[in-house]
Amino acid sequence: MTSNTNLDPKTASEIASHVEEPSQTELRAPRRSALNVLGWARENLFSSAPNTLLTVLAVSLLVWAVPPLLGWVLLKATFLGADPQACREAGGACWSFIEVKHRFILFGLYPHDEHWRPLLAMGLFLSAIAASCDPRFWNLRILAVWGAALPFCGLLMWGGLLGLTFVGNDKWGGLPLTLILATLGIVLAFPLSVLLALGRRSDMPAIRAICVGYIETVRGVPLVSVLFMASIMFPLFLPEGMTIDKLLRAQLGIMLFTAAYLAEAVRGGLQALPKGQYEAADALGLSYWQKMGLIILPQALRLVIPPIVNQFISCFKDTSLVIIIGLYDLLTTAKTALSDPLWRPFYIESYVFAAFIYFLFCFFMSRYSQYLEKRLNAGLKR
Amino acid sequence: MSDPVILLDQVNKWFGAFHVLKDVSMTVGKGEKVVVCGPSGSGKSTVIRCINRLEEHQKGRILVGGVELTSDIKMIERIRKDVGMVFQSFNLFPHLTVLENLTLAPNWVKGTPVKEATETAMAYLERVRIPEQANKYPGQLSGGQQQRVAIARALCMKPKVMLFDEPTSALDPEMIKEVLDVMITLAEEGMTMVCVTHEMGFARTVADKMVFMAEGRIVESSPPVEFFSNPKTERAQQFLGQILGH
Repeated sequence: MTSNTNLDPKTASEIASHVEEPSQTELRAPRRSALNVLGWARENLFSSAPNTLLTVLAVSLLVWAVPPLLGWVLLKATFLGADPQACREAGGACWSFIEVKHRFILFGLYPHDEHWRPLLAMGLFLSAIAASCDPRFWNLRILAVWGAALPFCGLLMWGGLLGLTFVGNDKWGGLPLTLILATLGIVLAFPLSVLLALGRRSDMPAIRAICVGYIETVRGVPLVSVLFMASIMFPLFLPEGMTIDKLLRAQLGIMLFTAAYLAEAVRGGLQALPKGQYEAADALGLSYWQKMGLIILPQALRLVIPPIVNQFISCFKDTSLVIIIGLYDLLTTAKTALSDPLWRPFYIESYVFAAFIYFLFCFFMSRYSQYLEKRLNAGLKR
Repeated sequence: MSDPVILLDQVNKWFGAFHVLKDVSMTVGKGEKVVVCGPSGSGKSTVIRCINRLEEHQKGRILVGGVELTSDIKMIERIRKDVGMVFQSFNLFPHLTVLENLTLAPNWVKGTPVKEATETAMAYLERVRIPEQANKYPGQLSGGQQQRVAIARALCMKPKVMLFDEPTSALDPEMIKEVLDVMITLAEEGMTMVCVTHEMGFARTVADKMVFMAEGRIVESSPPVEFFSNPKTERAQQFLGQILGH
């Protein structure tokens, strides 16, 4: 808030007139000109000494940062077709690096001539995700969508049938890998987290102990060590000759890790519901699973959409840690693209490109959760 | 009189070290209306919450419709089907419409087809005089309307007995009457009822038996005429003096 101790009487009366008679402001609106802009600036930017100081600071920060940034991103940048030499001479961003390397960054080690396959698979995958986000698909239809999309994606990615050459999943990489790890991680972790949260509040001591033990153990270790264990320790315990795919192990590691964190968010929702809701469901004779599925979870989960989405976003970005077990996710391919000696100086462009893709997905999740909250709370206004 | 619908035999309950129910015994016959009253903390709410096992008793026996309440979850769910309950704070499900609140349990617990459950629900909404609110959410209704929906929700399960746990205590004064009117109609139709309430006018009108509790014991149990005109114990005289005195 602005304090008006330092105002001169004229400005004070001007504010007062704004406050008391908004209609007058409307009447004066056509005269809005340099004078009014000055008035607005005085009210909002220079109303007191600290305010003035902040304004000056902010403006100088903008002057210091924006022109060079704009120069780098646009004015001095080189775009299509420039070679590294031209880029270096221009001195700005070298977007032709992205032009040359985008296929490697997006698809990693996947055979170059077959890139249409992961592209198509990703299109299908994203369409299925988009359908899942649409309330019109919130019924059995969504199972049909995924039931059709997943085998198709698998066929496209692996191949080996219908004349498609086989591509082992050690060759998968880039954005498709990140999307698969994150989406399957989230989708599988969510039901597990609900079970863990319910188990933690169970009346049965053994179940409660298992769930508490699991959640606290997993939350107590970093994801990096979970992935390490999944990729290095875990195979040591398997019988000789038996191997589990590295990608599958990473996928399980991410899922189990995310579930523990999600479980605590879900438990928050369960605890926030008034006891009366549990009692009313009990009094009507609903069984435990009916009570939870029909009464408690629908209310509890919509209460905890913000922390759940928080966890989803965090899971999406955490998939980049699979670099430590040698999987080529989006961030790793962005980094590996720089190993070409010709293009090595342009690491900022590479990371900016990867960051932009991460941002797109995370921003979508954030906006979608806001839409979801609004939609689900529509009937609950009190 | 035939077998009692509810029988409490020497029921005892503790909350930790606190002895809330001390040798509580009572019977409720078919069609009988029992009003339980007493000062706050006397254990009257706990008694009726034991009848459908929202609270567990530690000693003594509770029989509902001839079935004994034990920790057997199947028995508990069977008894809960036959016992409707109305709470002080309504406890409607805020994420469901009024109609969905009413059809959910018949549909899922009793397997009644949705169409039939909807017809029953509309009939009960007529009886509590708010059929026009069927497609609203509970949060859009007044307290009195919500409590009437809660009564209808319990009735939709066609219970053998209805428990009322201070159903008017959370209501604004002008809404108490509309809820009591519904309860009186229900009583006139012959429903077996156990009500915890401070509404002594209502008690006088409908009760067959007044049960007065203090400090976890049933101190007095008598017909309303006798209870109101000639309470035997000093505790009951004191209580009635306070509650009717102003």
